[in-house]
Amino acid sequence: MSLIEVKNVTKKFGGLTAMKDLSFVLNKGEILGLIGPNGSGKTTTFNVINGFYSPTSGDVYLRTQKVTHLKPHVLCKLGVARTFQVVRPLQRMTVFDNVLASAFIRTKTKAEAEALVIEVLNFTNLYEDRAIISKGLPLGKRKRLEIARALATQPEVILLDESFAGLNPTEINEQIEIVNKIRTQRGITILIIEHHMKVIMSISDRIVVLNYGQKIAEGTPGEIGRNPVVIEAYLGEEVCA
Amino acid sequence: MKKFLPLIIFVLLLGLPFLGLSTYLMHVVILVLIWSVIGMGWNILGGYTGQVSFGHAAFFGVGAYTSGILYQSMGISAWWGLPVCIVVLLALSLVIGFICLRLRGAYFALSTLALGEICRVAAENLVQFTQGNMGIMIRERTWVDKTWFFYIILFITVGSYILIKKVMESKLGYYFVAIREDQDAAESLGIDTTFYKTISLCLSGVMTGIAGAFYMNYMGYIDPSIAFPLYDISIVTVMVVMVGGAATYWGPIIGAVIMVFLAEEIRSLPYIGAAHQTIFGIILILIILYLPNGIVGDFRKLMKPFMKKRGA
Amino acid sequence: MAQLELFLQTIISGFLLGGLYGLIALGMALIMGVMRVINLAHGDFMMIAMYISYWLFTILGIDPYLSVFIAAPVLFLFGLVIQKYLMTPVMKVESILPHNQVIMTVGLAMVFSNLATVFFTGNYRSTPVSYASSAWYLTDYWKGAPIELSLSMPWTLSFFMAVLITIALWIFLMKTDMGKSIRATAQDLDAALLMGVNVNWVRMVTFGIGLVLVAAAGCVFLPIYYLYPSLGKQFTNVGFVITVIGGMGSTHGAVIGGLILGLFESMTATYIGMGWAPAGRFGIFVAALVFLPGGIASLLRKRRLEE
Repeated sequence: MSLIEVKNVTKKFGGLTAMKDLSFVLNKGEILGLIGPNGSGKTTTFNVINGFYSPTSGDVYLRTQKVTHLKPHVLCKLGVARTFQVVRPLQRMTVFDNVLASAFIRTKTKAEAEALVIEVLNFTNLYEDRAIISKGLPLGKRKRLEIARALATQPEVILLDESFAGLNPTEINEQIEIVNKIRTQRGITILIIEHHMKVIMSISDRIVVLNYGQKIAEGTPGEIGRNPVVIEAYLGEEVCA
Repeated sequence: MKKFLPLIIFVLLLGLPFLGLSTYLMHVVILVLIWSVIGMGWNILGGYTGQVSFGHAAFFGVGAYTSGILYQSMGISAWWGLPVCIVVLLALSLVIGFICLRLRGAYFALSTLALGEICRVAAENLVQFTQGNMGIMIRERTWVDKTWFFYIILFITVGSYILIKKVMESKLGYYFVAIREDQDAAESLGIDTTFYKTISLCLSGVMTGIAGAFYMNYMGYIDPSIAFPLYDISIVTVMVVMVGGAATYWGPIIGAVIMVFLAEEIRSLPYIGAAHQTIFGIILILIILYLPNGIVGDFRKLMKPFMKKRGA
Repeated sequence: MAQLELFLQTIISGFLLGGLYGLIALGMALIMGVMRVINLAHGDFMMIAMYISYWLFTILGIDPYLSVFIAAPVLFLFGLVIQKYLMTPVMKVESILPHNQVIMTVGLAMVFSNLATVFFTGNYRSTPVSYASSAWYLTDYWKGAPIELSLSMPWTLSFFMAVLITIALWIFLMKTDMGKSIRATAQDLDAALLMGVNVNWVRMVTFGIGLVLVAAAGCVFLPIYYLYPSLGKQFTNVGFVITVIGGMGSTHGAVIGGLILGLFESMTATYIGMGWAPAGRFGIFVAALVFLPGGIASLLRKRRLEE
């Protein structure tokens, strides 16, 4: 079942075309990877789905509802959560308070929100760090905090923007575990942008490849790894099938 | 012990009039309390929500004039201004919010500065309404003795403090801080930033306006240069909160104590008196450079030189 | 006919005023563009230049238009010093509120205007030059003219100096290395850094130039107007109203915005009344904020992209 559909979306910034007639579908329950060289329009796509940008033309659908020009906070309430490439926690507040700020949107009392926070912190292995000021966290934990904040909004879909960038191998494995848990334990659908090839090949059900704002390939990781157009786009970077 | 400190201070203050302080000292204490309320009001919008305003004189002045105009044009007691100004200031806040909140950062600050000035010019020119530069004077003062004025402003101050504490511990407070730290991220996490910034502005404006309405009743005279001055109210408000510590509960109060006492001291010195704005300017510059989070915020930094001596 | 005469005269006054306003706003726009700082002490620097010019005239008899060449360098150096010792450290300070630079300029404004009041008293001062009330009259040159128009000599001289300085600035920004470095830093700080531009030095020079521009504006304004210590505030207002109309940090916008404001104020003064000038100024400010937040610069940008 199609959860998010991007339909013929074009996004221009003055003379620059960041997205060109892009169409793809994110199905409920799947993990869809979005890859492409730098500048191919991946984050712009997120920004359009999320509501930060309005497309120049084309539409975005959430199930059957047209959500193209809705603001980000409305989309969040409709169940679309998102993380940012450059993690942006509430620096001077504790981990707990960071997640608490996001937990209010669907809970009715502060006590309920706090309970949700505890649950999410346990889920993302941040419970021990709950009293630490987020400015002092190492990168790996900050990335997990970013995910925790998104999870506290109890979304149906989560857009993960380069959650693995800058992590060391141990942190990567922990993060992969969490991403998989998000799908299996919470039933959340995931759209993930990632540069780390091995990661995205191993966790995605399907992959969409962008280049210069256009979709150049779509398929399973195996198919994508063997696709000559994709390989050429990455300038000869060999991807294991 | 720490938890009960505010309560202890409050109880002590209740007994202040019985200490037999001079009228002048009582006046200074009342000024401190008025500035505490103005500072706390500003702190909601500026310190907690991160929208720095250089035009809070607009709220103060409109509050003061609400009281004044009710007295002057409708012949009723100026004290009615306190409840009435809540409605007036809500309306003003919505208008100012609509015009200015679409801007970010320093541009928001500039636009509030401009709106503060517009209010001043309007008060000067709408003579039918505001008596222009002649100002409004209340001929029959409610009390000659300062005691009841003191208790009223004390209760307003305590009420404001409690209100801020409750708000900051609730969902509203968390949303304000989220907006301050990163507006875009807050928006993505389901926070309607426009709506909540407006709420913050309304709370801030109403609180400052009530201080203005009280001021009218207490001092008995206002005119546009007293009610809406850029430096003597808008900028001093920013200083009060910055010296004390933005985004802290006690910052505005401590800042008010320091700024009021400093102003009174400087005013009384023979030659330096005229240069009080120069001294304030220098203080502002020093605070920005060395103690940007104020006394409460940068407390550790402030204590460092004293700690070192102990260790040596 | 009298209506036409009044209208044309108002337009001429507006233009002359606009040229001066543009010069003030140019300085502010440069500083805003390169350093992302809104200099709320801008008008007070102008006031300082005017006092320098005043004392040079009163004590040494130097014509205000010539004192530009003395006041400008003085303020340039002053700008370098302030940028290095006050503005740069403020940028590095860590605090909850990020507006420290603006607040710093507010502090400076308070110090300058108050010190001026203490040292020079609040008395209004003026420089009565010999040609202060001279003017060129249309009927002197066109005997059969149906209407009478006049160009006040000091106003016209000021306008031409403003134009010359603006052109000199334009040449500087376009043709010299430093000028190009300034433009690069304003457009893209990181790229400029990567290309080896000494950004700290560029910032100092820009602040200095910004003050030179406003000092020049002050000197040429002195014969036309009168001087008092708190004069700075209204010119700071003029400066940032024009910056909003023209577009934050845009030099083209500053010039066009200056002319627009000049014309607008002239019209307001003639057709509505002198007392309303400050209100009109802020009214246009609010209108620009609400209806055209990007300023004129955004209109220029759109047209360039659509070509």
